[in-house]
Amino acid sequence: MSLNPTILIQNLLNGLMVGGLYALIAVGYTMVYGILRLINFAFGDVMVMGIYFAYYGATLIRLSFPLAVTVSLAGTALLGIVIDRLAYKPLRNSPRISALITAIGVSFFIESFAVVFFGPNYKPFLDALENKTIAFESFVIGNVYLPKIIFIILGITAIALFILFVIVYRTKIGMAMRAISADIPTTSLMGINVDNVIGFTFAISSALAALAGVMWALRYPSFYPYTGFVPGLKAFIAAVFGGIGSIGGAVVGGILLGVIEMMIITLFPTLMQYKDAFAFIILIVILLVKPAGLLGKRTVEKV
Amino acid sequence: MVTAMRTMKEKTRRDLTLTVLFVIFVAILLQVANVKFDSYQKQVLSLMAIYGIMAVSLNLVNGITGVFSLGHAGFILLGAYTSALLTIPPEQKAMIFIIEPAHPFIANLHTDFFTATIVAGGISALGAFIIGFPVLRLSGDYLAIASLGFSEVLRILALNLQSITNGSLGLKGIPNHTNIWWSWGWLLVTVLFIVSLVKSSYGRALLAIRENPIAAEAMGINVFKHTLLSFVISAFFAGVSGSLYAHWLTTIDPRITTFGPVLTYYVLIMVVLGGLGSVSGSIIGAILFAFLMEWLRMFEQPFTLFGRQYPAIQGMRMLVLSVLFVVTMIVWKRGLFGRAEITWDGIRKLMKKFRRSGSR
Amino acid sequence: MKRYMVFFFTFVVAIVFADIKIGVLLPLTGGISAFGEWTKKGIELAREQRPTVLGEKVVLVYADTRSEKTEAANAMARLTDKEKVVAVIGEIASSNSMAAAEIAENRKVPQVAVTSTNPLVTQGKKFVSRVCFIDPLQGTALAEFAANTLKARKVTIFVDIEQDYSVGLTNYFIERFEGKYKGNVQKVQYKSGDQEFSAQISQAIAFGSDVIMFTGYYNEIALAAQQARSMGYKGYFIAGDGADAPELIKIGGKAVEGLYFTTHYVPEAAKTKKAKDFVESFKKKYGTLPAMNAALGYDAYMLILDAIERAKSKDPVKINNAIRSTKNFEGVSGLITIDENGNAIKPVVIVQVKNGKFTYVTSIEPAQLK
Repeated sequence: MSLNPTILIQNLLNGLMVGGLYALIAVGYTMVYGILRLINFAFGDVMVMGIYFAYYGATLIRLSFPLAVTVSLAGTALLGIVIDRLAYKPLRNSPRISALITAIGVSFFIESFAVVFFGPNYKPFLDALENKTIAFESFVIGNVYLPKIIFIILGITAIALFILFVIVYRTKIGMAMRAISADIPTTSLMGINVDNVIGFTFAISSALAALAGVMWALRYPSFYPYTGFVPGLKAFIAAVFGGIGSIGGAVVGGILLGVIEMMIITLFPTLMQYKDAFAFIILIVILLVKPAGLLGKRTVEKV
Repeated sequence: MVTAMRTMKEKTRRDLTLTVLFVIFVAILLQVANVKFDSYQKQVLSLMAIYGIMAVSLNLVNGITGVFSLGHAGFILLGAYTSALLTIPPEQKAMIFIIEPAHPFIANLHTDFFTATIVAGGISALGAFIIGFPVLRLSGDYLAIASLGFSEVLRILALNLQSITNGSLGLKGIPNHTNIWWSWGWLLVTVLFIVSLVKSSYGRALLAIRENPIAAEAMGINVFKHTLLSFVISAFFAGVSGSLYAHWLTTIDPRITTFGPVLTYYVLIMVVLGGLGSVSGSIIGAILFAFLMEWLRMFEQPFTLFGRQYPAIQGMRMLVLSVLFVVTMIVWKRGLFGRAEITWDGIRKLMKKFRRSGSR
Repeated sequence: MKRYMVFFFTFVVAIVFADIKIGVLLPLTGGISAFGEWTKKGIELAREQRPTVLGEKVVLVYADTRSEKTEAANAMARLTDKEKVVAVIGEIASSNSMAAAEIAENRKVPQVAVTSTNPLVTQGKKFVSRVCFIDPLQGTALAEFAANTLKARKVTIFVDIEQDYSVGLTNYFIERFEGKYKGNVQKVQYKSGDQEFSAQISQAIAFGSDVIMFTGYYNEIALAAQQARSMGYKGYFIAGDGADAPELIKIGGKAVEGLYFTTHYVPEAAKTKKAKDFVESFKKKYGTLPAMNAALGYDAYMLILDAIERAKSKDPVKINNAIRSTKNFEGVSGLITIDENGNAIKPVVIVQVKNGKFTYVTSIEPAQLK
């Protein structure tokens, strides 16, 4: 196939958008990991709960869409704190693997909770929107179609990441977070309430996941209790890709993963059926070359 | 000193006798079950042992060697496909490969169940050997995601290699060979092999690696070689369990719901429920898991609880199971057994305690 | 606890002797639960309208497969061995039906699959039948419709490589279509659960497709259709019976407007009194029009009861013989004749989405597709 520049641009933008969404979720993985050395497997499911909250806020309580999203972000942040307090906090001093497996258990719990209480079927997210055609409107330049939703998502993602960086690198609580990720015992000696900071981290990362979820649902307007599985796994890959524990790495990893995935099947359409395998193969190759991910720090273990 | 040695020896001999007696006892129980149980109960009983093999083999890598692998489903898939392709009669293969005819090499393969299972284990072990080279060079969570990745790559290959695996149409008409004797027999073999491995000098090296890989390396243990060995052995038995699973299910396909990461998570739950690092814990975890998955079905039919009638609630089974699991993890932290094994000494002590409290 | 269990089991046994039990094996949770729920609605309605046979009460025993294979096998064994059902309705997805089929065959209990259209489901099985047509027929019908009615010359097929149903249907479509216009079909692949289809769509546009065909299930169809429209695709959409769920329109909105698909049943086409009554009573009970799965579930139940009556027996083997010799049974989805392989010979219905509703277009008789 000859390379059509229109297709290339379209798919590059698509890749950027998907990558941005991966990045938002990956940041959550990485922040929690940075502090607790815990892979929060339930993250994809937290994201889905964000979608459910926004959906029910707009359809059941009939809030306006922006308000429903705000409520959803707050609700999901709270959910993040509750999950941490109930499931992970009792395991702080147990082997890391116990907490990790508990995270898998929490993931199963959220999924089955949604199945029982929200129903097992796909729900149409369009119901939550006043403008039902938002998902298919495009800017048309000549014969190039550029879906509007892509630009909306890219814009919001950029703003959200900017705010996150301000919080982490320019505020006191952000400093506390960074301190904890370096050394918990010393930080608590400095008079910082470690549990509160951890709670705050869970709140922020969950809210980011909810935001990613709502945008995910805007672009792909159907969701069900297991929707979070694929994005959750991809974001986890993205986080490791960039070097888990590093926020900048998660952003780079997410965007790169989104773009690479899209570009491989655009440039080599015959490989389309192996698409998901590529995400993993690239990851493994990168890890072999740079064992701590792209931007991760290689820690030297002291004996 | 000499008497101590003698009592030690006597103790091992007595423990050995007790173990043999116990195995015979379990065999008798199974025979009784074989006669008394209906085929549904027998089916679940076989599944327990299959899950048991999966759990014990995953425990060798994750619990005993301390390497966090998430690739078990991939090895189970390899074993299941290998053995299924070996036992499905050629006529049946000609019938099911309706999109693309089977590769001539595949089409005419045919062996008995036992050989197929051994070959299945061998192919899985070979797979682990090849995958192990890149994966085991990584550490911690990187290793986890890389092994999960390989398992998914295998599944995606199975989806696409139409002339070998029949793609998503899957294989059907696999002879229904797996019965109580095959599954529990293989579980016994697995346990004997892994327990004697753990008790050997290799096993002690593996435990040392789990506790501190760097110190182990300094002690002259070749960490990479040892982890690779445990990875390969674990994959062998995963392949065996895959073979039993395929001949239990009689039809397999490479879907995410059949051999996806969730299967690995299930096995991991069994292992951790029983206690990561404990062989007996893994078996009990597997039995519990298979039992609960069926028993909790009662919540999905109209049920009575505390004298009140409730309508059937779909999905309740997984909800109850996940709550039970999370609560177990929070309360016991290291699973029901921790790293402890059920040993004859342990049982003796427990009996003594029991008797004492009973006589009081 | 033990005593309680014993009590429980005696209770179950007591039921066995009093009633006729029919097992219902459905994906009530998991990926395709929507189909499972619709089927259940149809079966419940049928049970309400005909609660007895041979003078005995019919009891339905549900078992959820969670859209998984292992679960399907275990649930089926539970139905046949523990619940001692005389017949089983289900499953929906072909791969799960196949896992259950082995057990039906083994225990000699008749199984009536609802919408499992993969030819392999009944292949070589004496106790497995179905109330739907099979994919070769559906694929051929789609190819004829695309070539003759839509005048399609360039077709891109979206194949869900994780679904045997999709891979099979694609294959049968291509066989027929390539016979007419060689080299004019292109396949693009995705997997169940994928949500981003822009790379596939740009392939389809670059190929110059005048028809995009989806052979997967409704959720992916709705999402892909949306993205295709937003990327400027202006041709037709066609699909198989995997599209037939009201959720298609709810999720896809304006984008699926105009989509054609082949299916087993549409309420609008109800001509006989029985079929009209079914639509009315369904509307009364659930407040909505019946979906395809509901009608087939209803028919499966009625067909089994009819077979029990003809067999004049509760013996599963005799019931199975009666099911297998069904001729011109009047179901709400049309006349059902079960052929010697256990497959139903039925017309293919073509439906279009128009003004947010499923609208009947035409029916194609099997004989027309030879």
